[in-house]
Amino acid sequence: MGAADSAISVSGLSKVYRIRSSSKHRPTRATEAIVHRLRHPFEKVEYEDFHALEDVDFEIPFGEAVGIIGRNGAGKSTLLKILTRITAPTTGRIELGGRVGSLLEVGTGFHPELTGRENIFLNGSLLGMRRAEIVRRFDEIVAFSGVEKFLDTPVKRYSSGMYVRLAFSVAAHLETEILAIDEVLAVGDAEFRNKSLAKMRDVAKDGRTVLYVSHQMATVTALCTSAIFLSAGRLVHSGTVDDVLQLYRDSFETVAETTAVAARRPGTGELRTSDVRVADTVFGSTEDKVIEIDVPANAESIGSYFISCHINDDNGVLVTKCDSRLVEAWFDPEQEQRVRLTVAGLWFTPGRYTVDVFLCRMGILDAWEAAASFEVLPELPYPESMNDEAIQGSLVLSNFTYERSGS
Amino acid sequence: MSRMVITPPGRLNLPRWRELWDAREVAYRFGQRDVILRYRQTAVGIVWVLLQPLVAAGIFSIVFGNLAGLPTDGVPYFLFSYIGMLAWNLFNGLVSRASGSLVANQALVAKVFFPRMLVPISSLFAVLLDFGVALVLGVVLLVVYGVNPGWGVLLMPVWLVCLLMFALGISLAASAWMVKYRDVTYVIPWLLQVGLYATPIAYSLSAVPEAFRWLFYANPLAWLVELFRASMLGTTPSEAWLAPAAVAASVVVLFLGVLVFQSREREFADLI
Repeated sequence: MGAADSAISVSGLSKVYRIRSSSKHRPTRATEAIVHRLRHPFEKVEYEDFHALEDVDFEIPFGEAVGIIGRNGAGKSTLLKILTRITAPTTGRIELGGRVGSLLEVGTGFHPELTGRENIFLNGSLLGMRRAEIVRRFDEIVAFSGVEKFLDTPVKRYSSGMYVRLAFSVAAHLETEILAIDEVLAVGDAEFRNKSLAKMRDVAKDGRTVLYVSHQMATVTALCTSAIFLSAGRLVHSGTVDDVLQLYRDSFETVAETTAVAARRPGTGELRTSDVRVADTVFGSTEDKVIEIDVPANAESIGSYFISCHINDDNGVLVTKCDSRLVEAWFDPEQEQRVRLTVAGLWFTPGRYTVDVFLCRMGILDAWEAAASFEVLPELPYPESMNDEAIQGSLVLSNFTYERSGS
Repeated sequence: MSRMVITPPGRLNLPRWRELWDAREVAYRFGQRDVILRYRQTAVGIVWVLLQPLVAAGIFSIVFGNLAGLPTDGVPYFLFSYIGMLAWNLFNGLVSRASGSLVANQALVAKVFFPRMLVPISSLFAVLLDFGVALVLGVVLLVVYGVNPGWGVLLMPVWLVCLLMFALGISLAASAWMVKYRDVTYVIPWLLQVGLYATPIAYSLSAVPEAFRWLFYANPLAWLVELFRASMLGTTPSEAWLAPAAVAASVVVLFLGVLVFQSREREFADLI
């Protein structure tokens, strides 16, 4: 095996969470556990296994920036947590060619009462830097963050922008051979974001290794040299960024197939949506989007429920959430419901969209991801036709005007 | 460059001492944070440290010394109970701070990796600072009362370390259990309160009727307090076996605490 010269080599990695079967309550207090045990001395505790990761193998050479991509719940964050040793694997073996630094969430480990200077030391040491290392990079960290003037001010008095910049700067100056990043590059203003991206690219150029988890396909394309695609805890593909992104986009269809079977969907199953239809499979950008949802009756289900409908774009980004509670629409489970949802007043960018339908009361009764999909035509709702660059990067379009004021 | 290998946790996890030592900065920074935060927005600051043992010793001398007239082996009662409170506050402070430390820092435990054991260990700094300040006042009291502890005082650091080991062992186990069962949060203050009276702080072991004395001798904390006080006041410990037994108990309790902590360490992030 060429494991000796790779930055990360993972073989047979699984992570199983044991969840106590939902029918029985789980004691969180010792007294409760004891009382329960006394009452039911011979009861066997039943567990359900949830496989967050299953038999994952891969190898990453030094100097690579790897994007980890997958839908929500695919196991991306679990993988990072195991690689950074926050949580332990259930089976498998991982070899790391050096220290792993993590930027899992900007600002964890910052204490609001401490000054900027004190926080740099506290946070730096938490991220695994030695004191000499922090002292050496101190000026660089401060310069990168741009908060020189406020070093001796408690960070609780910082603006949120300054806070985030300082936190990111500490993490960005880690000298570990491997750096794991979870979504954090999406912070700060555009200028700081570009600065951070450039910094991360330099890290990879230095021959170190970057692992990057994100939903933002644009940053993955900009930063990563290769990618890994996870789905339902399994590694589906590892290869070039383009290939993986294509697979990711295609995966929305596979999800639609698996969730079409009601019994396989998450949720208590007290009620199951039987059908979700879009009036047209193709809409114009400004047209009203009409979605019809059918829910059969269940006389045993007590209490009205609400519907939450999510519309996601091609990259899995949630564009809008239509929660029926907001418009005071509650539904009676004892009757069959044929619901018509109209989304008006939102200009979609051209592309494919998927619709997730959730039935909820106290918890989730039915979660049907990718229940339906529609396409928005590439005709822009503006008087002038321009090339794509004019709208590139915007999540939605808006009805705007420019007027010259004055003479 | 050494290669780091991650495997599923085994049954018996001994801490990786090297890693613990490399990350000592974390404990130091945590400790510093605790100390800074405690006095940053207080009006009288460090005076609080002195006030607590002084008032406690004062009340003890009125209630137990004057009203109940408990014997103190010939030492002025106020001094006797102050020195006892010194030892007790060290134990009490460490256990009550360290046992809740993991849960108090749950955001960190769930999101960043560092040797978890450093969190409870970092409580040592604040506790030792309190002890140091209170000890200075204790020395002043010794001079004022004209008590000369003699050479026996050289043993005091030994009992100090033993007390810390004993308290840390209990704290490590308690903090690890607290991650799973929050009941520990309620049990600890209650046990500590009971412990204050069950341990000869306000009275000496010789005041306990013969018939019950074995009960007090069953409490290792009583041995440690007795030894600590004897070394500070220049008295002789009531039994000769106390010294070796106290050292052994401290080492065993610390070791067990480390084992309990380590066996649960790797599931903290999933449970907390």
